[in-house]
Amino acid sequence: MAHIALPDESLPGIVGLFHFRPETAGPLQLLAETLLRGESPLTSGERELIASYVSLLNDTHFCHTSHGSAAMAHLGYDLSLIDDIKNGFQQIDISPKLRALLNIAAKVQKSGKAVTDEDIAAARAKGAGDKEIHDTVLIAAAFCMFNRYVDGLGTWAPQENEAYREMGQRMAFTGYVRFPVKADVVEV
Amino acid sequence: MPHIPLPEHLPGITGLLEYSRVTAEPIRLLTQFILRGENSLSPAERELIATIVSHNNECRFCTAAHTAAADLLLGETETCEIMKQDIDATPVSDKMKALLKIAKQVQVSCKAVTAESVANARTQGATDTEIHDTVLIAGLFCLYNRYVDGMATVAPADPQFYTGLGQRLVDHGYNRLPNGYDHLKKHSQPS
Repeated sequence: MAHIALPDESLPGIVGLFHFRPETAGPLQLLAETLLRGESPLTSGERELIASYVSLLNDTHFCHTSHGSAAMAHLGYDLSLIDDIKNGFQQIDISPKLRALLNIAAKVQKSGKAVTDEDIAAARAKGAGDKEIHDTVLIAAAFCMFNRYVDGLGTWAPQENEAYREMGQRMAFTGYVRFPVKADVVEV
Repeated sequence: MPHIPLPEHLPGITGLLEYSRVTAEPIRLLTQFILRGENSLSPAERELIATIVSHNNECRFCTAAHTAAADLLLGETETCEIMKQDIDATPVSDKMKALLKIAKQVQVSCKAVTAESVANARTQGATDTEIHDTVLIAGLFCLYNRYVDGMATVAPADPQFYTGLGQRLVDHGYNRLPNGYDHLKKHSQPS
């Protein structure tokens, strides 16, 4: 059970919180949309992998698996490959540039100060430009917020990858600003 | 030196929000609502939450900026200084102390908030919305602090800079100034 009384306890993770506070749901959804599906030199698949990876490091199952599912949808991989994120990307084909950016994201997850000049230089050596470095740091930082929001309020999360299949496809192809939140609350 | 080229007249978060205005927009919207929108917690109380999280993340720029904003809203500088040392000794309500403790737990990790600390806040009169907003503000500052330090932005050493910035946050909130920030190029201090 969540730490606060949600209008619909059956809705997992951040979805239940969106219904609790539509005023903050709007900007939070717009932020996810902009970061993960807006303009960027990184593909949406790459950005979803960063989001899923940071959420894994934060041990936030809901965000890890839902964004993992969105990444698989973008990249055309089977849902079971979400587990490869835990295994250090042995089967998912990632570029040396993305691997260097994932290293930066992992540092951001620990602390902003953990990112070193060497980490940045290594990403640049693999072809990352200013915008790719910026977007990686901001996505990683944003998921340190989203993850804390979801787990700090004690929301529940389905365990199995399968439960995230459709959610991930919706996140990937329909996006994060899916419906007017206020109208949706009335439905509930 | 920042990891990417940023406008020199805009240190800390301010340069990042101008560098990437498209991603800044939802962050500004969220911040303006959660720190300045209608709420049973005062803007000063919400700035205290921002300050304690930034302080514990050791983010110099954000700590100084939000300390300055809280000081201006409170009309004194003691509360912030005591809070950074000892929440229980801070001259705020018992409810606020309980919420600040939740914010500190959020800073530590996603799983650090305990049922006991939430129950304690409720005993002291905190509503579900206040608990929600505390966790979200604390989470938001875990974003800001990592963004600011992860990009190695500059934190000016001059305390006057933060008094000026704090005043801007009190006067204008978190929306982008309608005419932008070019006027700051002419001065060494924000006006």
